[in-house]
Amino acid sequence: MTTNSTDMNSTDASSFNGLRVAVTGGTSGLGLALVERLRRGGADVAFVARNERRVKEVEGRLPGAHGVDGDVSQKGETHVLAMRITAALGGLDVLINNASSLGPVPLALLADTECEELELALATNLVGPFRLTKALLGALTASAREGRPALVINITSDAAVTPYAGWGAYGASKAALTQMSRIWNEELREHGVRVESFDPGDMDTPLHALAVPEADPATLKKPGDAAGEILELIATATHAEVAA
Amino acid sequence: MIAATTPVQRPPDAKLLVMDAAGGLRHAERAEIAHYLRPGDLLVANDAATIPGSLNGTHEASGEKVEIRLAGRKSLDFDDIREVTAVAFGSGDHRTPTEDRPPPPELLPGDLLLLGPLRATVLRSLGHPRLLELAFAGTPQEIWAGIARHGRPIQYAYVDEPLALWDVWTRVASLPVSFEPPSAGFLLDWKLLASLRSRGVRFTTLTHAAGISSTGDPALDRRLPLDEPYRIPESAVRAIRQTMAEGGRVIALGTTVTRALEHAASGGGLTSGGGVANQRIGPGTELRVVDAIISGVHEPGDSHYELLRAFADDAVLRRIDGALEEHGYRTHEFGDSVFLERSVRVASDSAGLRVAALGRPGEAHPVAVA
Repeated sequence: MTTNSTDMNSTDASSFNGLRVAVTGGTSGLGLALVERLRRGGADVAFVARNERRVKEVEGRLPGAHGVDGDVSQKGETHVLAMRITAALGGLDVLINNASSLGPVPLALLADTECEELELALATNLVGPFRLTKALLGALTASAREGRPALVINITSDAAVTPYAGWGAYGASKAALTQMSRIWNEELREHGVRVESFDPGDMDTPLHALAVPEADPATLKKPGDAAGEILELIATATHAEVAA
Repeated sequence: MIAATTPVQRPPDAKLLVMDAAGGLRHAERAEIAHYLRPGDLLVANDAATIPGSLNGTHEASGEKVEIRLAGRKSLDFDDIREVTAVAFGSGDHRTPTEDRPPPPELLPGDLLLLGPLRATVLRSLGHPRLLELAFAGTPQEIWAGIARHGRPIQYAYVDEPLALWDVWTRVASLPVSFEPPSAGFLLDWKLLASLRSRGVRFTTLTHAAGISSTGDPALDRRLPLDEPYRIPESAVRAIRQTMAEGGRVIALGTTVTRALEHAASGGGLTSGGGVANQRIGPGTELRVVDAIISGVHEPGDSHYELLRAFADDAVLRRIDGALEEHGYRTHEFGDSVFLERSVRVASDSAGLRVAALGRPGEAHPVAVA
């Protein structure tokens, strides 16, 4: 364990000191809540989002958070994103693939879904995380060799398990992401990298508002609460890594 | 020898020439490389990712097109990107061999270079009109973003298609600090790493900013390699010490790994942390850490080839060259590989690293074949 890494039994204010974390989709909803909570916990954070202006805004509001503008669904941007993340953080311990696309908006029955809409959901929710994880695997395994945590968290959904009508493109892409996470976790165990998928539940986020505009926000989970659960997951996983 | 013209990191028919310490030479399929490492050996790779360090733009004063290739930084620190060493090329693109490219316009201190979103000022030339120190305008964040967006990997005239970053990042690429790929590492994939592990072969990495390999200008090429910053993690040092103590071989995957390890051990004792490799390794160099090297196919005269002369005398290298030629090995970044064990074991433990059990001078280490 290096000195600036952490023994994380709890998620108090300094429990993530020195942990290097990248979050995609980091300027709204769950991603933004994660960036805020991780910064508060002392982590070094790089976040990715498509809108350069919003990236700059969040960067301005959260000193020390490194904004990276780019689109995980684009193949040509994968290595650009990876290099900016590792350059800014000096390596990487935790990658959170959070950026997501609903596919058709408003939600559509599968039979009414254009194949391009399905492809967009797959590009953002499955192929993007696959490519970015692959491009960052060198950094993650280097962390593992140095006795640091090495963890990938893929944000999924209960739509990956339950066949909700209208959620076909999203649900199918998240189901594939969940299964990819499980296989990757098996394959990367010997290299010291853990891959987890996490279902945050129905949250009061811009993505949920696009999907279910009529939902009462008061009935939805706060993104900050889901972020807290993910921080617990990181704390547990990285602590287990340290103990192992 | 034939230039490898297709940017495939692991062509299924890649070849491996193995030269063991006793002078035994054999030809192998590179896919079988795990069989040439023994339980207790340690393979050390360079996990540097490659920066898209070729920046096209305009010399403001003359209006002429230029290509700037980033070639050196003072350290691996994020902030150490404002001032860089660079090599300037005139107009034209990678399809023209570098030696046939027109020279750049005269570049004087204070001149401005407009490189896409980046602005760079010439600070001085470094003893050669094309070797420059440049200062980028902006914050380190802005400069990194500009390089990431506008830069292209340095291209090779002998490779048919333009290279993308994924063509030049090894499977273990981590920190973006290399200017050209540490291409000996192209042979790595996760299946090979799993196979090494199951054979009891250790694996570790260091990070070394591999510099520019050739400029097409003989005077400039004689100055290569330029100074290269590196970082060796404590875990790598531990793995090396353990390997040495247990009598295993430290096998460097590439010339950059050799340069970093031997530089770090040059003060007596291998230390972890950062440094700047500024030494030349050649026929007179006493290797203190590295027992064998797995390298690309290099041709006599280049700086990589000079480094091989520390591992074996010229008679051995001539036998290797002859065999490479005769069997049609492919050269360059995407070519075949050579596994060269150091011919004569160095008994000296002047670095404080060698233990008595670590082999005697001239001891043969036959290559294991599974």
